[in-house]
Amino acid sequence: MSKKNWPLWEVFVRSKNGLEHRHFGSLRAADADMAMENARDVYTRRSEGVSIWVVESNNITASNPENNGELFEPAADKVYRHPTFYDLPDEVKHM
Amino acid sequence: MSDKEVKNLEEIFEARITRDEKIEPKDWMPEKYRKTHIRQISQHAHSEIVGMLPEGNWISRAPSLRRKVALLAKVQDEAGHGLYLYSACETLGISREELYEQLHTGKAKYSSIFNYPTVSWADMGAIGWLVDGAAIINQVPLCSTSYGPYARAMIRVCKEESFHQRQGFEIMLKLANGTPEQKDMAQDALNRWWWPSLMMLGPTDAESVHTAQSMKWKLKRKTNDELRQQFIDQTVPQADLLGLTIPDSDLKWNEETGHYDFGEINWDEFWQVVKGHGPSNKKRMKDRVGAWDRGAWVRDAAMEYADKKEKRKNDTKKAV
Amino acid sequence: MTNKRTGQSSLPLGEMSAKGGQRGNLYNYIIGIADNSLILGQRLGELCGHGPSLETDIASTNISLDLFGQVRNYFQYAAQVIEDDTVTEDTIAFLRLERQYKNVLLVEQPNTDFGYTIVRQFLFDAYHLLFLRELENSKDATLAAIAKKSIKEVSYHWRFSSDWIRRLGDGTEESHQRVQEAVSDLWMYTDELFHQTDADKAMITQAIGVDTLKLKDTYYKMISEVLEESTLEVPESKYWHKGGKQGIHSEHMGYILSDMQYMQRTYPNMEW
Repeated sequence: MSKKNWPLWEVFVRSKNGLEHRHFGSLRAADADMAMENARDVYTRRSEGVSIWVVESNNITASNPENNGELFEPAADKVYRHPTFYDLPDEVKHM
Repeated sequence: MSDKEVKNLEEIFEARITRDEKIEPKDWMPEKYRKTHIRQISQHAHSEIVGMLPEGNWISRAPSLRRKVALLAKVQDEAGHGLYLYSACETLGISREELYEQLHTGKAKYSSIFNYPTVSWADMGAIGWLVDGAAIINQVPLCSTSYGPYARAMIRVCKEESFHQRQGFEIMLKLANGTPEQKDMAQDALNRWWWPSLMMLGPTDAESVHTAQSMKWKLKRKTNDELRQQFIDQTVPQADLLGLTIPDSDLKWNEETGHYDFGEINWDEFWQVVKGHGPSNKKRMKDRVGAWDRGAWVRDAAMEYADKKEKRKNDTKKAV
Repeated sequence: MTNKRTGQSSLPLGEMSAKGGQRGNLYNYIIGIADNSLILGQRLGELCGHGPSLETDIASTNISLDLFGQVRNYFQYAAQVIEDDTVTEDTIAFLRLERQYKNVLLVEQPNTDFGYTIVRQFLFDAYHLLFLRELENSKDATLAAIAKKSIKEVSYHWRFSSDWIRRLGDGTEESHQRVQEAVSDLWMYTDELFHQTDADKAMITQAIGVDTLKLKDTYYKMISEVLEESTLEVPESKYWHKGGKQGIHSEHMGYILSDMQYMQRTYPNMEW
C-alpha cells in the first residue's frame, strides 16, 4: 500500500496563440515536472494545445457558492456599466 | 440544519435542475445526489480502465502496423477517459485511491461486458462496433447531464470516442469481405458479443432500481429498454451490410411498432456475471489489483523524490 | 526464395545479400535502425493497462505510438528500396525469421518491473537521440526527413525516462535498490548499440549512415551524468553482450515474435 498519494493538479491549456489558457481538467502527479509531462500526454494527444499551465489544486482558492449573493448579485442592477443603458438617436449608428 | 431547511434546499435544488441549470462541485447538493453521482461516475470510470484489459490483450498480436497503432491509441484513450471520469468524481469529495479501493475489493461495479474474454482478432472489431456502439448510445445524452464536471468529462469522452466505433466497424468490414476463415472469425465474434452487448445496456426497466431518480437528475435520458431498442434498430442494418447474421432467431422487423422485435435475453447469465461469476471477472480484477500493487513502490518513490526536491529548494532559499 | 506453404517470399525480406549492392546495403541499414523501434514499441505495448498509474500508462503508450510511427516510415521506405511489389511495411514487420530481425539485445529485454522498463528506455533513448541528431544530416533525403521528425519525439522520450531515473534513483531506499539492479543488469547490453555491421560501414562511407563509434563517449557521459545525479552507481563492468545486430537474439525474442507474428503466421496471405 502506498504511503502517500500523488496530489491533484489542475491543467490549463492554450489551444492556440491568441486564445487564453482554459481549464481542461485535472490529473495526479508527484511534482510539477511530472504534472507537466502528464498534462502533455493526457490532454494534448490530439494537438489540442500550444501551451500548458499546471497548478496544484490545493493552491487554488475558490469562492464559496454560499456567498454568491453578496459576491455576485450586487452587480446585477448596475446596468449603467453596459452600453445598452444609454439612449442615443438612431442616426448615430455605431458607437 | 433542520429537516425543514434541508427540504427547502432540496426543492430549490430540484428546481434548478428542472430549469437545466448545472450543478457545480461546491454547490449544495442532497447527499443522495452526491452518492448517486459518485456511484455512477466511478462505475463509468472503472469500466473504462477495466475495459483496457480485454483489448490490451491484443495489442501485441495485432495483425498489421496500422491496426496496432489504432488499437494502442484506442486503449490509451480508455485510460484517458478513466482519468477524466475519476477527476470528475473526485470533485464530489472522494479520492481516486478510495475509488480504486472500492473497485479492488469488489464493492464497486463496472460494466459486465468486460468480463468476457477476447479470444480472436475479430473480437477487437466486435467490441469497437457493438460495445462502443452501445456505450455511445448511453453516453451521448450524458453530455447534458446536470452535474457540470461529469457533463464536461463526457463531452470530451464522446468527442474522442467517435473514432472507436468506426475503428471496430472497419475491422469487421475487412473480415466480412475477406477469406472464409476471416468471415467465420467475424461471425463467431458477433455470436459471442451480441447478447452481452444487449445486456450491457442494463436490466429491464421493470428491474432497474435507479431509473426514476436518475431520469430526474438527467443522469439518464432514456430507460434501459428504450436504449436497447435504439441499439438494436441501428445495429441490425449494419450487420446486414456486413453480411453477418445476428444470433437471434426471433429477430424480425415489426411494421406496426417501427422497431425490431427480438428474442429473450438470458438475464440469469447477466446477473451471474454481475455477481462475479463471468468467464473473466477474476482475471480482470487480478490484473487491476496486481498492476496497482506492483506500482506502489514507484508511486512512493516519486512522492519521496518530490519531497526531497522541495526540501532542497527551501534549503537553498534559506542559505541565500 | 518462396515459402512453399504460404507462397510468400520470406528470405529476401530479412537481408539483401552482398549481391544486392547499394540497394541491399541501404535496405539492410534501414532495417537495422527500424527493428530497434519495432521491438521496443512492441515491449511497451505489452504494458498498456498494467502500469503503476493511469498517467504512466498513457505516457508509455505515447512512446510506443511514436516508435511504431517511426517504424512505419522506415519500413515503407525499405519497401520502396527493395523494388518488389509484394513487399510492404507489414510483410517486413511480420514475416521475417528470427535471425532476420536486427534489433539490439537491449530492446528485447522483458518488462521485469517498472524499473527495468524505465532503465531500458533510458539506455536506449540516449543512444537514439544522439543517433537521430546525426542521421538528420544524412545524404539520404528520406532518412534525414524521418530523423528530423523523430528527434522531437525522442527528445521527449529522453526527458521522460531520465526524469524517472532521477525519481527512482533518488526516491526511496527500495526504488533506489530496484533501479540500481536494473541498471547493473542491463548495462552489458549498451556497448552493442555502437557495433557496426557491414551495411552500417558501407553507409557510413557514403555519408548516408551514422558513424556510431563517434557517439560512444558522449553517450556514456550523458547517461553517467544522470545516473550520478540520481545517486546511482555507474557500473564498471566491461563485459558486453552482443548478437542482436547479427540476428542472434536472446531467448526472449522467440516469444516476442510468436505474439507479434501470431496472426500473420496463422492466417497467411490475408488482409486485415
